[in-house]
Amino acid sequence: MTEATIRVENVTKRYGETEAVRGVDLTMAPGECVAMVGHNGAGKSSLIKLMLGLTTPTSGRIRLLGGDPSSAAASHIRRQVGFLPENVAFHPNMTGRETLDFYARLKGAPRRDNDALFERVGLEPAAVKRRVGTYSKGMRQRLALAQALLGGPKVLFLDEPTTGLDPALRQSFYAIVAALRDAGTTVLLCSHALTELEGQADRVVVMNRGRKVADGSLATLRSLARLPVRIRLTLPTDDIADLARRVGEGAALTRLAGGVVELACANDDKVDLVRRIACDGPAVDDIEIVQPSLDEMYAHFLRREAAE
Amino acid sequence: MNTLLIIASKEVREAVRNRWVVATTLLMAALALTLSFLGAAPTGTVGVGPVEVTIVSLSSLTIFLLPLIALLLSFDAVVGEIDRGTMTLLLSYPVARWQVLFGKFLGHAAVIALATVVGYGAAGVALASGGTPIAEESWRAFASMIGSSVLLGAAFTALGYLASTLVRDRGTAAGIAVAIWLGFVLLYDMALLGMLVAGGGSGIGVEALNWLLLANPADAYRLFNLTGFKSVSAFAGTAGLAAHANVSVPLLLAVLAAWVAAPLALATALFSRKQI
Repeated sequence: MTEATIRVENVTKRYGETEAVRGVDLTMAPGECVAMVGHNGAGKSSLIKLMLGLTTPTSGRIRLLGGDPSSAAASHIRRQVGFLPENVAFHPNMTGRETLDFYARLKGAPRRDNDALFERVGLEPAAVKRRVGTYSKGMRQRLALAQALLGGPKVLFLDEPTTGLDPALRQSFYAIVAALRDAGTTVLLCSHALTELEGQADRVVVMNRGRKVADGSLATLRSLARLPVRIRLTLPTDDIADLARRVGEGAALTRLAGGVVELACANDDKVDLVRRIACDGPAVDDIEIVQPSLDEMYAHFLRREAAE
Repeated sequence: MNTLLIIASKEVREAVRNRWVVATTLLMAALALTLSFLGAAPTGTVGVGPVEVTIVSLSSLTIFLLPLIALLLSFDAVVGEIDRGTMTLLLSYPVARWQVLFGKFLGHAAVIALATVVGYGAAGVALASGGTPIAEESWRAFASMIGSSVLLGAAFTALGYLASTLVRDRGTAAGIAVAIWLGFVLLYDMALLGMLVAGGGSGIGVEALNWLLLANPADAYRLFNLTGFKSVSAFAGTAGLAAHANVSVPLLLAVLAAWVAAPLALATALFSRKQI
């Protein structure tokens, strides 16, 4: 395994009485895309600010690309970091090009690459010449992504990057993120739009009230959560008594709208159950297997946290 | 150094786009031109030239107007950017906090300087083309009035920055800026005058009065312009004061410069510790 790009060790951040981040450990490797999920106020943005060195931890230690991000010598670290803040704002009277030029100069990135960058995020040359004040939300977000990509960052922080974007834009957004990850960039994605993170992130970190409550790949989290898998059957008849008998104790049976019957069972029993239904069960028109979604797992981890 | 210039030039560009530059320059020029034409009327019998008249009236007006413009331009500089979320992004770039503050300050001070030099310079051009011969010393007095006005503008811009870093709320920052203006420009002199009247002239000594005048950038500016040149002080009626107030010109300039440096240094210290 290569050297970790981000290493957060037992970090706590207190603002007056409130603890925004409590004892969080987090390690991220190059080429890894980690999704951080949680409610508003779960400590996601606070943690990003700590990792960017905008604030200093009350206790604990943070290493970003091998250095302390809040130290005076952090300039060379920040040159390799991209950040897309939540609710990004640009000066409305500057054009898109002027805005990106300004940030490129600050970062010491060559400005001749800006055109390629605009093309990459899908901002038309005509739009680039217009003032940012005339931009739609989607265009502003593209410009925000362009500035985050300046200078080819090794670490990319994206705080709620897809809020307010239409589905087509989201697709292209995630395509860019995937390409970056494959090129070896560490990407940290913050979101509460959980469903769209499925398939994008290598790892999911669940935050709640400043604490990290779960951390692992989607598959790991699934097995940890032990949430039931649901098998949906469309039956030609209304007779579910026979089905109930065959299914037995292992699964809970509910009747849904449109003649659909849902069986909820443990992940380990899934294959066996499907085989039984298919081989010697009643006639079935259609079968659909629904894995627990990220939303459900997230809700589960929050419930578990609340119960403790 | 380069980072400073990048941030400063962005600030200037924004001010140009906002029409701030045009508006303040036009305002300054309009006032200066009006005063210089009006000022030409009472000359001849009192033995002072039109430039001296203009200097006295213009510097008196500058004391009220320039601090107000400077504070209006600067009170939002830090707190507004934090509020809009642009500061978070800016600080995630390879820039130090003092560079952000100094760069923005340089930009704003340059806007004020430009408006003052162009606006008042227009009045100078009008006076020169007036036909009356004007002594070299008068021009020196006029030039140093423009120069000290730039310093005065910078001092109140720095005070505005201090207000902007002091608080977390834009409204509060605006309130502090207004209080600074009222305090330094209006109330301070009234209080001083009240003290003098109440004491019957013997309440506080000349020495103490001098120091009290230096403790206010607006008064330092007034002293500098009304007592700095003999021809001006003869007309301003401050010749007597100038004789007593043995505050030298370099000291007055140093005081003005200190009023730029001190609030800015304090603002930088506060900003460096601020949790964004």
